[in-house]
Amino acid sequence: MLKIEDLHASIEDKEILKGINLEVKPGEVHAIMGPNGSGKSTLASVLAGREDYEVTKGKVTYKEQDLLDLAPEERAREGIFLAFQYPVEIPGVSTTNFLKTAINQIREHRGLEPFDAVSFLKEMKEKMKLVDIDQSLLSRALNEGFSGGEKKRNEVFQMAMLEPTLSILDETDSGLDIDALRIVADGVNKLKTKDNATIVVTHYQRLLEYIVPDYVHVLYNGRIVKSGTKELALELEEKGYDWIKEKTIA
Amino acid sequence: MSKDDQILEEFTSKEYEHGWNIDMEADQAPKGLSEDIVRFISAKKEEPEWLLDWRLKAYKKWTQMEEPDWANVKFPKINYQDIIYYSAPKQKVKPKSLDEVDPEMLETFKKLGISLEEQKRLTGVAVDAVFDSVSVATTFKDKLAELGIIFCSFSEAVQDHPELVKKYIGSVVPVNDNYFAALNSAVFSDGSFCYIPKGVRCPMELSTYFRINAANTGQFERTLIVAEEGSYVSYLEGCTAPQRDENQLHAAVVEIYAQADAEVKYSTVQNWYPGDENGKGGIYNFVTKRGICAGDRSKISWTQVETGSAVTWKYPSCILKGDHSQGEFYSVAVTNKMQQADTGTKMIHIGKNTKSRIVSKGVSAGKSQNSYRGQVKVMKRAENARNFSQCDSLLMGNLCGAHTFPYIDIENSSAQVEHEATTSKIGEDQIFYCTQRGIDEESAIALIVNGYCKEVLNQLPMEFAVEAQKLLALTLEGSVG
Ligand SMILES: Nc1ncnc2c1ncn2[C@@H]1O[C@H](COP(=O)(O)OP(=O)(O)OP(=O)(O)O)[C@@H](O)[C@H]1O
Ligand SMILES: [Mg+2]
Repeated sequence: MLKIEDLHASIEDKEILKGINLEVKPGEVHAIMGPNGSGKSTLASVLAGREDYEVTKGKVTYKEQDLLDLAPEERAREGIFLAFQYPVEIPGVSTTNFLKTAINQIREHRGLEPFDAVSFLKEMKEKMKLVDIDQSLLSRALNEGFSGGEKKRNEVFQMAMLEPTLSILDETDSGLDIDALRIVADGVNKLKTKDNATIVVTHYQRLLEYIVPDYVHVLYNGRIVKSGTKELALELEEKGYDWIKEKTIA
Repeated sequence: MSKDDQILEEFTSKEYEHGWNIDMEADQAPKGLSEDIVRFISAKKEEPEWLLDWRLKAYKKWTQMEEPDWANVKFPKINYQDIIYYSAPKQKVKPKSLDEVDPEMLETFKKLGISLEEQKRLTGVAVDAVFDSVSVATTFKDKLAELGIIFCSFSEAVQDHPELVKKYIGSVVPVNDNYFAALNSAVFSDGSFCYIPKGVRCPMELSTYFRINAANTGQFERTLIVAEEGSYVSYLEGCTAPQRDENQLHAAVVEIYAQADAEVKYSTVQNWYPGDENGKGGIYNFVTKRGICAGDRSKISWTQVETGSAVTWKYPSCILKGDHSQGEFYSVAVTNKMQQADTGTKMIHIGKNTKSRIVSKGVSAGKSQNSYRGQVKVMKRAENARNFSQCDSLLMGNLCGAHTFPYIDIENSSAQVEHEATTSKIGEDQIFYCTQRGIDEESAIALIVNGYCKEVLNQLPMEFAVEAQKLLALTLEGSVG
């Protein structure tokens, strides 16, 4: 589904990604861990098409297309979803209104009729239950004055609504209380099918107890320096990143 | 020398004699403005003597005044002697069907979501009997008449209700108020008159009716709204559809008079042709709008969405004379390309416990300049006056400008005046957040701008708010990237 080959990306002439290789197949869950500033969010942003980053080298193939050729909205319509580490506020625009605009543009892209109000509300109700989000939150201005946890939950709600093929969750677990973490992880698991894939960026092993990854990768200084299975996450939790850093320097 | 010039020459070189030598049969006055032209207009409209005198007084004042230059706008000097101040309402050749209408115009209608029937009305397509605008209008009129509501053209009002017109005209905007108001008072062509009797709640938005009747009211339009004690009316003027006019200068006057316990909501959408990329050919819109809350507990609320015109000069104001009276001003002003807008409000607190609220949202794009100018004045007698002002500016790109000029003038120490102002840019990160969800960039901007203007758009009548939202998007189309 997704194949990243020797991806290099910089911002303001500073190289952040220094040769990423990663392949994600349908049905898989990949976890990406790594110290602060190692380039995890950068990778997520580059995949989603943020224009601030310049791809200087490498190739990304998604569903047999050159992903880097597509505009951000085209990537989204093709099923790429990014749950932001820091969701932005959009004053005066409710989540409901926002999602309706998004969904109908996606549907149009896929040659479907726009949702009428009734089907849209029905869809909303269903997905609200899935992530246990309150109606009142959805009618408020998007992310404005939301608590950290509310923002994250709202991201997962949007993911549920948009039914992406490839979801990238950038530290969606940070800021969630223990119950919320379980609910959100449950939601993500329920949305999992054999045809879609998930990349979870996290600092905590705990999330991976709920969303069990097929692979764990360690991103350090713009490269994936170690890959393994879920046991790797446990090892990292125990030992920290120093042993990996030492190894890569050596 | 052309014929027009000749006539003009004759006029300006000749001392005023009684009468005039303009051909009364002519459909249009010769170019230029003089006392004789004012007489000509008044005679053409078969106006009573008092109105002619009123116009002449205004004309005289106007000749003694200077065009104001304090607004933050620049435009070439207007030659007031190069304008034709009267032409008879012409029966234009009506297009037979929408196929004969400018396709660009139709495309805009479509984007605004204006119904086919309404498109026909707005473009003047001859419509069949069922939708005949005259008959629809008559139905409205009958209904209103039952309640004693008068709603008609200004000219009709002068003929049919001279005592009301005489009583209220110029009572809010005196003839010498400002240069453009004086000009309008001297030469106003037509406009609307609305009278709501004591205790009557006008059961409908006076908008549908207006749009049907929105035939060219001309460049010097005059509106007078009188709300008697305890009455209510919501009045809507203007049109989201783009409006073109060969007359470059527009100087309208709107007066609102609210008696005790009356409430008037006045909403307007202005979408005059803004000119091309270089600002060429756009309309200059110099409007004087003012309401007086004459009676206790009366309320006047202005809501405006300004997207058109090359140059806008407009400050809908409230004089809060009655005790406990309230004034509101909600404004969205969008400028793009080379547009310049200098707009805002004045809230003059005279009565006790008067309250005012100002919400102004400016959006600037392209190379435009967008200024908010607002005055809050609290007079000595105005115990416990309250004002809240919120002036936000949103910038798109680096070539446009936003400016805020608040004037606060307080003579009573019990006043509470709050002013908040913000300037922001549409963030790249906001746009990316939207595009990441599959929304294209133009729609993303429309969404963000509409969200930003929500507080103002919420004040508009429902069906109009939807159109206004689309209009904002349309105005900003192509302003990024
Ligand atoms: N606009 C920018 N200008 C300069 N440097 C930037 C910019 N954006 C990101 N960086 C740098 O790129 C590096 C990688 O940042 P990134 O956000 O991808 O890290 P991360 O792995 O997601 O970290 P965290 O775990 O803290 O979220 C950091 O050193 C950061 O300072
Ligand atoms: Mg990060």
